[in-house]
Amino acid sequence: MDQEELYQEHILDHYEDPFHRGTLEAATHAHQEKNPLCGDVVRIELELDAQGKICDLYFTGEGCVISQASASMLLEQMHGKTIDDLKQFSADDMLQLYGPRLTPNRQKCCLLSWKVLQSVVHSPVDGAS
Amino acid sequence: MSALEKNAPQKSDLLPESLRDDFPILSGDVLDGHPLVFLDNAASTQRPRQVIDAICRVYERDYSNVHRGIHTLSERSTEQYEQAREKVRALIGAEHVEEIVFTQGTTASINLVAQSWGGANLKPGDEILLTAMEHHSNLVPWQQIASKTGAVLRHVPITETGLLDIATLDQLLGPRTRLVALTSVSNTLGTINPISTIAAQAHAVGALVLVDAAQSVPHQPTNVRTMGADFMAFSGHKMLGPSGIGVLYGKRELLDAMPPFMGGGSMIQEVGLESFTPAALPAKFEAGTPPIVPAIAMSAAIDYLSGIGLDAIHRHQQALVKRAYQGLSQITGLRILGPAPEHRAGLVSFAFEKIHAHEFAQVLNDQFGVAVRAGHHCTQPLHATLGITASTRASFYLYNRLADIDRLLEGVAAVQAKFAPQGRRRKARGG
Ligand SMILES: Cc1ncc(COP(=O)(O)O)c(C=O)c1O
Repeated sequence: MDQEELYQEHILDHYEDPFHRGTLEAATHAHQEKNPLCGDVVRIELELDAQGKICDLYFTGEGCVISQASASMLLEQMHGKTIDDLKQFSADDMLQLYGPRLTPNRQKCCLLSWKVLQSVVHSPVDGAS
Repeated sequence: MSALEKNAPQKSDLLPESLRDDFPILSGDVLDGHPLVFLDNAASTQRPRQVIDAICRVYERDYSNVHRGIHTLSERSTEQYEQAREKVRALIGAEHVEEIVFTQGTTASINLVAQSWGGANLKPGDEILLTAMEHHSNLVPWQQIASKTGAVLRHVPITETGLLDIATLDQLLGPRTRLVALTSVSNTLGTINPISTIAAQAHAVGALVLVDAAQSVPHQPTNVRTMGADFMAFSGHKMLGPSGIGVLYGKRELLDAMPPFMGGGSMIQEVGLESFTPAALPAKFEAGTPPIVPAIAMSAAIDYLSGIGLDAIHRHQQALVKRAYQGLSQITGLRILGPAPEHRAGLVSFAFEKIHAHEFAQVLNDQFGVAVRAGHHCTQPLHATLGITASTRASFYLYNRLADIDRLLEGVAAVQAKFAPQGRRRKARGG
């Protein structure tokens, strides 16, 4: 079928060499979600300072190229930004950041990390100040 | 001679490719350029012209509501709807036609038994024995009724090779076991389960047996009596028929003793303002206007399948699955889920350590025109047992051919090459 390559080179680069894959010792917030359709999981841990700036953030997860590469791209994009930036970053922005046009089911893969990031600010880690 | 050639399927096992001409979707240019290789038949099958024509014929000439009118069209619809019931009875070797209840599908059939039979019969501490390889539709309805009644669920484990571990039945079956509910063929592993052996053991302790036959009735000869099924469920859309129609088979004395599941029109003998008397079987379990045309179309599908012969269909798929199994087992890093071909029906699921099932489904579709399923196939607990979250499944039917399997294998190799780790580095972002 004549269609856009879903797995563009820079996406595969993110998949194989992700930005900030790992855990964050100093995390103030953490949240994880699963795509019930396929079992893909993404967890994001982040450190917010008193001014609402995202000092640092890391992700872990398991799943397809789209779900994992998009998480890496999203974290790279949000690193050093503020909560307000994050709230303004819409699902459409996420799909645009990813690039190739996705069918509705694959959009769910791409938006998994975006959903987790939108929720993470409401999930403070126990004991974090 | 290579191993592949030596074990090549006998020509005589394969059905003639000319039957593909009966399936408009297989010859149409439905994928814009790629011929369609449809290997998602365990999810739902395609329809032959004969079934599509039956649907049109009813709507164009015979359609009306059933069991209601005196007029000609109601008579025609009723007659064809009831003929469909008789076709189903003959297909599965049931004794009485009123043992065939039309439902929306396998899921609806199992829920009917869980709610009606389970609700009336299960007591706290009673046990329902399921297996580790059940589809969600043969798990969740039992979880629901168990939590309502205090019944306890137990599960037959699977062996390393993906067979039911029937050695455990001695311990799992006991005086508290009221029902064994299990699949005849696993929709993920492909395993063909020894239903009659298990049913005999279940009956010996006084338990009933419900068979989820969604993956076996369409693909091999079925006889509820030799199987020892007290209840059996299957779906029309997995056997060349429409969606929205399915069957519950139940032994007459069991169905007779069960309370109605849904209330409404058709299922009553008499209704007052305060109470009703239920109708006789099978109407008792068919409240409301039933799936009339889907039932009639399913009987056209049964005619089609019977014309070819379920034995022949089974042999054809055995040949396909053998080829697929052999081809896939030669790919390093690929794990085939489930048993060797001689124990399996016409499907094969696999997982790669490093490459997610989505990548297979996507690239097979986009570059090879091959439709497969990626995910957990509604068997999350089974995937958890296998230590994975998702797999890729290729499932076959009578219209698939060896060339389809070869296309699949070619695609799988291409995916493997495309996603093999290459030491890529992410480019640093400018600014
Ligand atoms: C083994 C098995 N049981 C039950 C079902 C559910 O069938 P349906 O969705 O037609 O109710 C399926 C198919 O999805 C199946 O493969």
